[in-house]
Amino acid sequence: MPLGRRALTVAVGAVALAAIPPIAVALGQPFYLDLFTRILIFAIAALSLDLILGYGGMVSFGHAAYLGIGAYAVGILSHYGLTDGVLHFAVAILASALAALVIGAISLRTSGVYFIMITLAFTQMIYFLGVSLNVYGGDDGMNITAHSDFGGVLELDNASVLYYVTFAALLLFYFAGRRLVGSRFGMVIRGAKSNERRMASIGFATFRYKLAAFVISGAMCGVAGALLANLTLFVSPSIMHWTRSGEVMVMVILGGMGTLFGPALGAVAYLLLEHVLSGLTQHWQVVLGPILVLVVLFARRGVFGLFAGPTEARRG
Amino acid sequence: MAEPLLVIEQLVKRFGGLVATDAVSLELPAGELHAVIGPNGAGKTTLIAQLAGELMPDAGTVRFAGEDVTRLAPYARARRGLARSFQITSVFREFTALDNVALAVQAHAGHSFRFWRPARAEAALREPARAILAEVGLEGREEVPAATLAHGEKRALEIALALAARPRLLLLDEPTAGMGSEDSARMVRLLATLKGRLTILLIEHDMDAVFALADRITVLVYGRVIATGAPQAIRANAEVRQAYLGEESAP
Repeated sequence: MPLGRRALTVAVGAVALAAIPPIAVALGQPFYLDLFTRILIFAIAALSLDLILGYGGMVSFGHAAYLGIGAYAVGILSHYGLTDGVLHFAVAILASALAALVIGAISLRTSGVYFIMITLAFTQMIYFLGVSLNVYGGDDGMNITAHSDFGGVLELDNASVLYYVTFAALLLFYFAGRRLVGSRFGMVIRGAKSNERRMASIGFATFRYKLAAFVISGAMCGVAGALLANLTLFVSPSIMHWTRSGEVMVMVILGGMGTLFGPALGAVAYLLLEHVLSGLTQHWQVVLGPILVLVVLFARRGVFGLFAGPTEARRG
Repeated sequence: MAEPLLVIEQLVKRFGGLVATDAVSLELPAGELHAVIGPNGAGKTTLIAQLAGELMPDAGTVRFAGEDVTRLAPYARARRGLARSFQITSVFREFTALDNVALAVQAHAGHSFRFWRPARAEAALREPARAILAEVGLEGREEVPAATLAHGEKRALEIALALAARPRLLLLDEPTAGMGSEDSARMVRLLATLKGRLTILLIEHDMDAVFALADRITVLVYGRVIATGAPQAIRANAEVRQAYLGEESAP
């Protein structure tokens, strides 16, 4: 069977992203390596949101919280001289999963606009918690003195290594995500998105499955946060600002909701547009806004749908 | 003698001043096809909703297979073998017909915390689902998205979703709703094949269907049971004729 447009788009996208570090080095533009590492980190965050938004119909307007928790896990552990990388990432994952468990257990008792508002409210609480933690820099944030230390196996202070680690994490989450949405578990959360009432009447207790999806998504986003801390060597509450949650959601919609790969493309498109447009004018969002409106109106399944075809993009 | 499969005792549901279910008592022995008829607004759908667990009654009890299920959530009742169809078609529109039924089969095939293996490759889900689709006359339509099925086919899929649970009691809320006479006749034939194998509580407006299928009939008017009995007895009941069947449409 020849490669479908979907597989082709994913393959071309992956190869192009794999080629970024040597190109950036050859051009003598290490800045671009940082930019694209940042893009891939947000691609992971957007992919994690798509898992519950695009497949589970859970419009979480608070995904920046898990980004922040992952980043603060690295920052706080480093603050106390604990630089072990396995510890960093384990704590980032566990802390963001735990936060998602608590937030999800409460938010998922509501739906629609109430769900959006409660997830937003929780994220604002965590944001202000960050602001109030003066020992960790409060509003100003704090510098991180060392990268997550993987004992010479992975030198995250090497920009290319950090890029490829981030890239590998994105690929891993993409393929695991594809398996997940096609599994029994995936069918349940998609069924709950499609028709919650019918799910109950055929015998599914959907709450526990939706909560599990919410926790998985939060933990993935926590990994993105830990990677972000390693990239910037700085954490501050601004990572968790509610506008950040909005940005991640824009990436998902721009790239193509319910496709997993689309949101990664959305992160590329959004952050590149931001980079290019903000070089031209400080009012770059004036340009971005109409682009987003056009995509929502005319490109079903977003940027990914344009490349892969709207029906193929959705398949799976 | 064993207790009937479904026992409803003095069920009451009020919406403000309106008594939608007024001290309804009903018994369904296993294997019976029991029709509930009544004019619009008689509280038929409200009754089904209380049996399925979507509405909580204000008083009274519902016992299913010897167990008090009055306060159980809908999914818990479904797990005990109480399945329903909806008056307004309620399927998974984005899924294909086969995916729809396979998901309903999955609901009764152990827990669904299985994250890796593709559900669409599981013969244990797909094969029973195919058989059920064939049973309701949707053979050859497996890969069609539910949203694009014809109305009659959607109604058949609605029944298939209920059957996939391998239920002991089937609550059917107007299965012929919105159907033309041809589709309607097909649905009646399908229900006739289910009769005897399953216990069925049928709400229906189509009197031909009701009198052709039902073992017993209950007539509901303003939330109250005014008569219960065999079709001939209901046909002959003066109060029923006056309240519901009307002089000219009396069969």
